[in-house]
Amino acid sequence: MTAAPAIELKGISKAFGPVQANKDIAIRVMPGTIHGIIGENGAGKSTLMSILYGFYKADAGEIWINGTKKDITDSQAAIDAGIGMVFQHFKLVQNFTVLENVILGAEDGAMLRPSLAKARGVLKQLAEEYELNVDPDALIENLSVGHQQRVEILKALYREADILILDEPTGVLTPAEADHLFRILEGLKREGKTIILITHKLREIMEITDTVSVMRRGEMTATVKTAETSPEQLAELMVGRKVLLRVDKKPAQPKDTILEIRDLRHTDSAGVERLKGISLDVRAGEIVGLAGVSGNGQTELLRVLGGMTHATGTIRVNGQEIDLTGQHSDGQSRRARGIAHVPEDRHHEGLILPFSAWENTVFGYHRDPAIQKGPLMDNAAIKAEAQAKMDRYDVRPPNPNLAARNFSGGNQQKIVLAREIERDPDILLIGQPTRGVDIGAIEFIHQEIVRLRDKGKAMLLVSVELDEIMSLSDRIAVMFDGQIMGERLPSETDQTELGLLMAGVTDTQGKRAIDAIEENLRAKEAREASKHA
Amino acid sequence: MDYAFLLQVLDSTIRLSTPLLLACLAGLFSERSGIIDIGLEGKMLIAAFFSAAIAYSTGSVWMGLLAGIVSAMLLSAVHGLASITFHGNQLISGVALNFLASGLTVLIAQDWFGQGGRTPALLSGGRFSELTLPLAETLRPVPILGPLYAEVISGHSILVYVAFAMVPLTWWILYRTRFGLRLRAVGEAPEAVDTAGVSVAGLRYAAIAIAGVLCGLAGAYLATGLQAGFVREMSAGRGYIALAALIFAKWRPWYALYACLLFGFLQALSLRPDIVEAVLTVSVPVQLLDALPYILTVIILAGFIGKAIPPRAGGDPYIKER
Repeated sequence: MTAAPAIELKGISKAFGPVQANKDIAIRVMPGTIHGIIGENGAGKSTLMSILYGFYKADAGEIWINGTKKDITDSQAAIDAGIGMVFQHFKLVQNFTVLENVILGAEDGAMLRPSLAKARGVLKQLAEEYELNVDPDALIENLSVGHQQRVEILKALYREADILILDEPTGVLTPAEADHLFRILEGLKREGKTIILITHKLREIMEITDTVSVMRRGEMTATVKTAETSPEQLAELMVGRKVLLRVDKKPAQPKDTILEIRDLRHTDSAGVERLKGISLDVRAGEIVGLAGVSGNGQTELLRVLGGMTHATGTIRVNGQEIDLTGQHSDGQSRRARGIAHVPEDRHHEGLILPFSAWENTVFGYHRDPAIQKGPLMDNAAIKAEAQAKMDRYDVRPPNPNLAARNFSGGNQQKIVLAREIERDPDILLIGQPTRGVDIGAIEFIHQEIVRLRDKGKAMLLVSVELDEIMSLSDRIAVMFDGQIMGERLPSETDQTELGLLMAGVTDTQGKRAIDAIEENLRAKEAREASKHA
Repeated sequence: MDYAFLLQVLDSTIRLSTPLLLACLAGLFSERSGIIDIGLEGKMLIAAFFSAAIAYSTGSVWMGLLAGIVSAMLLSAVHGLASITFHGNQLISGVALNFLASGLTVLIAQDWFGQGGRTPALLSGGRFSELTLPLAETLRPVPILGPLYAEVISGHSILVYVAFAMVPLTWWILYRTRFGLRLRAVGEAPEAVDTAGVSVAGLRYAAIAIAGVLCGLAGAYLATGLQAGFVREMSAGRGYIALAALIFAKWRPWYALYACLLFGFLQALSLRPDIVEAVLTVSVPVQLLDALPYILTVIILAGFIGKAIPPRAGGDPYIKER
């Protein structure tokens, strides 16, 4: 028996000006399956899904839902066709309750009360059916990211979606939350729902999907059964060449301690203590990875080290103490002391997006006498240097006059890296080096980090990607709630142990550990709730 | 102090609060939908002119009111076209409308009536008369409350009562109806509204249309209720004070009422320096009293009233992202 596919796309094409985002895409997704779509950034995954959800009109092609041709002109038409979408960036009203968000646009009449009452009942039912527990009266802004995502799924189910599209759903989740999400998706699949999972994480594709389609440069290059493929094969299909998934590096040969942090404390503007006495050493020629769920103080630690905010405690660079509070505590003075900083937030702190690439390659170093010509900046020299850097780092397109925002995530990151690395710092702080970066560029960036280590730099790496921390670091420190819970050697630990440390559990053995995690999570949620109240 | 004096001040507080309140609620609808409306002033002014001009020409205050509402809605539509359809800068559009209204009213008035940019004084048929509420005279002898009812609450034009009735109505629309839910949502997270299958532009146009109607009422009240005819720049910064009141009120209807009553009270005080002097026993310069509402506005805008969090999407044109 061959049932009609839940979704069938035929010959979908879409161009934005000269850019062909989707080219003659054909795909069949069978009902009751989890279908993965994998591809690099800019491969056209999101455009394709936006067409399916009525955000864009395709230039050509047909959409068939459950064997019927549909004309999806707007989101309402997609909802009517039974399609629900969970976007990467949630589309929730932050100061509304869960219930209000769920009924928004799907109210039953002009008055709110009956709709709210009905939704309350439906939500209760859905919670029991699919492990989708969320307090219906909680405000979105007080919910954890994982819970907010559940609200998005509930929104789709409340609209009786049969087809659920999830765009990069695990990017913001802790490993435990991701596991929970996958259990929810398995449950939905059992109930006969069709799920499309868009991701760039090969591990997730292998773990949960039944079939997987690979996109590259706007084209669908292959659709294979997950059971019959391997991560290596998928990576090759995505990038178009063989990709090294493991980081290739020799054992570290650490030398003197370059960066010494002692009892560092920082309280943010809202009065919350974000760093509660951090002590950490980084030696020349080693990569120290800082693991942790985002929001546990890693960001603040990087900001203090980078001179973007003040703190108390001691930081020594090459044995000399640096100013943490006074007028000599800023990015400029840090750079003078040999600390280079690749910020976590590339778009707001690493680059000025509307400015050209060549301008972005000198920010922070623009006072360097070498690039001045009298009272003016020697733009021609800067531009020539930028061109050389972009060639060395294989930034594409290699055009220094292009605004930073016109580069893909990976190429933007290369511009930042080029700027910071080329000044030959002693210490390199790197936040989220590969967030939103293509798999091909990840390989390059990882090799570059290892190369710098081998040149004897002290490297402090912050990443929410545990895989990245484990494969790059020579030593791993785990942060939880503003403290370092422990240090481990990558060879002597595993994801489970690190996951426990990330949840604030230092006794990483047995049932007590699990109880302690739940206890910690509850305490954290209570804290956050009281903070917002 | 004499109770009668207090009643007089409260009575003018009500009158002077009315245009502020209507404009403030207009701003509330607009800004709750994510459209910053600095053009309240211009809309009020143009409504004031057309209501006076039409009321004078037709002899019917109701025709005047209608003309005022239509003219304010037309300015709203221009603002909508600029800021919703063409994703323009809302502040610039609003300021431009204020200048347009300021010049256009005087120009047309001069061409039409030839009295130096004003309309002729309105006779009784061209003005809203004062309504005496039931039992006002009967209850007057009741101590304290009787005079309060007769002097302060009774004896205003219909538009005053409409303005005050708009407060609970606005609250009810915002928090109890589907339209209100969507309106609040579109000012906070238009992308959430869009993905829910509801038109962002449709909601925003609806909101500024309501703002147009309310500004129309406010302007008509200025020219045909508070005063008898249009004079140039008669809105006198009330649109801006209403915006300050809106921030003071943190974009909430009941607080808007309190804020507008406070500003109205300050304006009423500045009209009666003798009372202030009697209370404080020192002579206060009239200019200082005149300036009080504006000084308070500056203090409010400087953030001395705690954190006022505006609708998150305020001022941002909604463009679907790729």
